[in-house]
Amino acid sequence: MNQPTLDHAHAAIEFNKNEPRVNWHDETLWFVRTKRDRAVAQIPEWEQLREAASQIKNHVLSNMHDLLVQFEENAKRNGITVHWAADGAEHNAIIHGLIQKAGATRMVKSKSMLTEECHLNDYLTKHGIEVIDSDLGERIVQMRKEPPSHIVMPAIHLTKADVGDTFHEHLGTEKGATDPQYLTEAARQHLRDTFLTRKVALTGVNFAIAETGGFVVCTNEGNADMGAHLADVHIAAMGFEKIIPRAEHLGVFLRLLARSATGQPITTFSSHFHKPRPGQEMHIVIVDNGRSRQLGRPDFRNSLKCIRCAACMNTCPVYRRSGGHSYHSAVAGPIGSILAPNLDMKQNADLPFASTLCGSCSNVCPVKIDIHDQLYKWRQVLMQEGYGPAAKTVSMKAMATVLESPRLYRMAGKVGRGVLRFAPVTVENRFNPWYNQREMPEPPAESFRDWYINNKKA
Amino acid sequence: MTTREKILASIQANQPSILPLPEQFTFTTTYPDLTKQFSDSLTFVGGMPVVVPDYKAIETHLKEYYPNFTNIATTCPELAHMADVSLDITDPHDLAGVNLAIIEGPIAVAENAAIWVDEKQLPHRVLPMITQYLAIIIRQSTIVANMHDAYKKIKVDTTGFGTFISGPSKTADIEQSLVIGAHGARSLIVYMLP
Repeated sequence: MNQPTLDHAHAAIEFNKNEPRVNWHDETLWFVRTKRDRAVAQIPEWEQLREAASQIKNHVLSNMHDLLVQFEENAKRNGITVHWAADGAEHNAIIHGLIQKAGATRMVKSKSMLTEECHLNDYLTKHGIEVIDSDLGERIVQMRKEPPSHIVMPAIHLTKADVGDTFHEHLGTEKGATDPQYLTEAARQHLRDTFLTRKVALTGVNFAIAETGGFVVCTNEGNADMGAHLADVHIAAMGFEKIIPRAEHLGVFLRLLARSATGQPITTFSSHFHKPRPGQEMHIVIVDNGRSRQLGRPDFRNSLKCIRCAACMNTCPVYRRSGGHSYHSAVAGPIGSILAPNLDMKQNADLPFASTLCGSCSNVCPVKIDIHDQLYKWRQVLMQEGYGPAAKTVSMKAMATVLESPRLYRMAGKVGRGVLRFAPVTVENRFNPWYNQREMPEPPAESFRDWYINNKKA
Repeated sequence: MTTREKILASIQANQPSILPLPEQFTFTTTYPDLTKQFSDSLTFVGGMPVVVPDYKAIETHLKEYYPNFTNIATTCPELAHMADVSLDITDPHDLAGVNLAIIEGPIAVAENAAIWVDEKQLPHRVLPMITQYLAIIIRQSTIVANMHDAYKKIKVDTTGFGTFISGPSKTADIEQSLVIGAHGARSLIVYMLP
């Protein structure tokens, strides 16, 4: 996949060059956010539900070891084979091994952000395995050789015309066709054949139940079910934080998940897998990939409560105006910006700065993750560790020197007022990042200090 | 140390001290009329609610709604005579040609129109997804208010597979335009018996 090398701010500048498209992206995501608000308003106990979900997840984080052991034991008893992967490489190798063991060279997949995080598709393709993503949005971006730009709506950055062009090229639909019904039908026919011919299917895991050793997969399209129920081998990939203690806790999470994600009361299919069907193999790959490290960071462990609804992205004024790809990480937006520095602090040091810290993300989070506080805390960790943006590091130091000295501060004020009045061109140019999106202020005639001294005399 | 032991040791070393599970996590929802609420929710999610007095009425409605339909499969003994596709098969791929599947659901949820079905109702897990059109029969007396009530009645691991179905298969992945009929059933009619 094309991994953008630009940092978030520069990628956002690129995205913003097409103003009508940015406005469209912003409005589309805001539309989803308003659907979420309408769905939430139907549930009088919404805030108590969030609190319950948050507390259940707090317990999960504090009892993770025992819950995973309990889950493994019960899953094995159910006839599910359990695998453990320390990192993405091990996760990919295990899945590759299972495909080889099945004597297959092709696999159908339903949505799993974990496999995106581990770059599974790339790995398998390099090893001669054909992978087809079956979620419509994921299939669209896969054809375009792009990563998903959103965890729930992977192709949200594309217009009907973009999809029409892509399908014309890859599925032979009519040139210029943009009707979503027609395009969806074309994808349905194309993928139906895939479902019917694949021996191995992979799904993600939304929730894994310690008490029963089963797991739940939620989709609207039914693609996870079509893949899994027709394949000889079903592999489920799961980040270990997806565990919940008991089946009855699903009542809380299923009420929260789809409402927060798309404003639906529940996904069309909420499928509970406990045993392979007769003659089928079922495997679960439990992945760490840095999660246990995040669990050990008190300031950031709450991020592991995330149920991947994407409400924080849809509401984020920065995400909506910079696009998912600008985050160069499998999980974009506010939650992704907390998770990514844990995976690679240096490469993702820019992401916690991609926020206004307005707090809207924390307000909509169904499991009450303190997202904007964690973004703020990451900034401090990253600056202390020396991963801050160079320009910011230098300018912050300069500012600290000026603010420490009253004389320097007064002098700087005088210079600033003079420059704005007599030589505005020195600040009103494209080299001044502050000026890029703003008018410079009208300089006051005198500083407050001068005004105060003069008026006190009078 | 195996990977499993390494991961579990790292988790044990890093997890915070134990916090209790909340005692209050289920909530009571009251609706004046559960059947009406279920019907409204189902309509909202793109399904079609039909209140019927008996199986005869279901048959009449289906024949009117899907005239000249063939390749019908059902798990419902009362409607067995309508079926021309046998479910007495071993390979689920044999169901690829099913046009209409008629199944029964033991529990339905008013709040979100979700209907639980598990392997007691499904001789083949893929049946409600692989069929082109789906009809589910429920009893009005089995409608519960919300998901908490549903999970109190269901044991999710009684069989190897169970799913909540709420409306027909759908997608909004192309510019947020809702399209009914993605990979699963293109429509869902829910018949509600007394």
